[in-house]
Amino acid sequence: MSNEKRLFLIVAAVLVVGAFLITTQMENRFYYKAAYVVLQYVVLATAWNILGGYTGYVNFGTAAFFAMGAYTAVALIKTWKPPLYVLLISGGIVSGLLGLGIGYLTLRLRGVFFSIATLALAVVLQMVVSNWDYVGGGAGTAILKPRSVPLFSNYDEFLFFVMAALAVVAVAVAWLIEKSWVGRGMAAIRDNEEAAECMGVPILKIKLFATTVSGALMGIAGAPFSYFVVYIEPTSAFHLDYAVNSLAMPMIGGTTSWLGPLVGAVLVGTAQQIATVTLSAEMNLLIVGSLLVGFVVFAPDGLVGLFGKIRARLVGKEA
Amino acid sequence: MLSIEFLLNALVAGLLLGGFYAALSAGLSLSFGLLDVVNIAHPAFILFGSYLTFYANEHFGFDPVLAGLIFAVPAYFVGVAVYKIYYNSFEKTGAESLRGLVFFFGLFFLIEVILIITFGVDYRLVRAFYIGKSTSIGPVGIAYRLFVPFLVGGILSTVLYLFLTKTFFGRAIMGVAQDSLAVQLMGVDPIRIKTVAFGIGIATAVIAGSLLIIIGPVEPTIGREYIGRVFAVTVLGGLGSMTGTLVGALILGVAESFTSSFFGPSWALAVSFGILLICLAVRPSGLFGR
Repeated sequence: MSNEKRLFLIVAAVLVVGAFLITTQMENRFYYKAAYVVLQYVVLATAWNILGGYTGYVNFGTAAFFAMGAYTAVALIKTWKPPLYVLLISGGIVSGLLGLGIGYLTLRLRGVFFSIATLALAVVLQMVVSNWDYVGGGAGTAILKPRSVPLFSNYDEFLFFVMAALAVVAVAVAWLIEKSWVGRGMAAIRDNEEAAECMGVPILKIKLFATTVSGALMGIAGAPFSYFVVYIEPTSAFHLDYAVNSLAMPMIGGTTSWLGPLVGAVLVGTAQQIATVTLSAEMNLLIVGSLLVGFVVFAPDGLVGLFGKIRARLVGKEA
Repeated sequence: MLSIEFLLNALVAGLLLGGFYAALSAGLSLSFGLLDVVNIAHPAFILFGSYLTFYANEHFGFDPVLAGLIFAVPAYFVGVAVYKIYYNSFEKTGAESLRGLVFFFGLFFLIEVILIITFGVDYRLVRAFYIGKSTSIGPVGIAYRLFVPFLVGGILSTVLYLFLTKTFFGRAIMGVAQDSLAVQLMGVDPIRIKTVAFGIGIATAVIAGSLLIIIGPVEPTIGREYIGRVFAVTVLGGLGSMTGTLVGALILGVAESFTSSFFGPSWALAVSFGILLICLAVRPSGLFGR
């Protein structure tokens, strides 16, 4: 194991333990709710970036993968109320399979057509779930949280801790991919798929890997959603916000490294939480939309790219 | 239940709907089909047109179609401005495939949010003397709220077709679509041509928006449903063919009409995405593809 990997693992472990220690100290439930949403976006943005940023396939259907994870969990809770880790795993498997299916679509669909297909997937799945009465249909259904959980004083704190751990795992996965030959293969596909194929990059395998991992992570992020919101219905689970946010955050942070989506999700996610409280829910969407368009036009490499440029200029001056 | 009259009614309703879809897709056929600008914000511009029409109708009593035609003029300049930003930020540097797509998606979302903030999330509708009335030819009923959009859609497609094939400027647009470099060598600036063509595309989107609100009440988020429809029509018809767009729109209209007659309206939305997927898998160049 290289020094870099060891350092990364240590930092990851420290963060997870830190998240746990916070729950023993802080009381205010609102902060846990807000932090949960931000961390959820860390997972979604990182997952989106594995396919969108690394491989160059723009997914507009984040909500579909997220909601499939959430609704897989709802179906399981309705049948036998398994523990949370079972929900996480099953949500991940279902959305991962969905991602695998979308991956085969990339054989024929590239560019805008792939993106529209993912959007279509979200619309069609929302229609199916709305007509599926077992999980509440279009009207939705209430989900009872487990009353208590060992080591934590209430369930919201527990969910916060779980999401923090998931965020660390997601970023670690993205980091590992980026540092491996698979990550380099993805970058080759992004830059020129034909050329990559000619150079012997196993493009189908890598694309299927990217869509599956990306989808699975989104599904895992969605699995605890019904416990978090208590009342789940298709319109909120399939909301376009998930698609826009999970795409905007990497775009604002920077798409070429694991750091970009993390920075983007933490900054934009936190700003959104503040804006929702101080302004209104619509205004926070307006801010995200403007930021997205603004960054795409003026700072294509995101914040990470901007800092890189500034640093390069400062170093250049010293020398 | 399954009588000839029933089928005939479904067929006529589908054809009328198809004419309307042709109006929705005409602008996209121009920008995406001919110029390869993936304007997924097209439905958002359509919806923007619907709300402008609603405003003019509600406060000044304008006829919806007239309002659409008037607003098409400023919409042209909006389109020109959008294309200039798009060209300078993405096309010039060759970054249109990924970031250009995200740009239009962001634009789509931004317009939707602005509509929500300005007009709220309630359904809005317009008033006109022909809305709510209908006539019948034999056993077939024709609602004017469907007939007017059909008529305007048909005229719009014909005018665009004539413009592209008969006028110098229209032929220049076709020329840019076929071989941009050759057009440049003939002393025509392809960027200027594309800018004008994109502007016209947005202008038709706003006219289509006035038709959309005639057909039924609108709310800010229905634009999403039309992304699938307009792209299904342009791809099915064949990229860059105005005739193809009209035929594709009629096919989609009839297919949706039959689907909602037999299985219920909630499944109609799946038709467009289904057609799109099948078309891309079987014949990506469409019916009249170049």
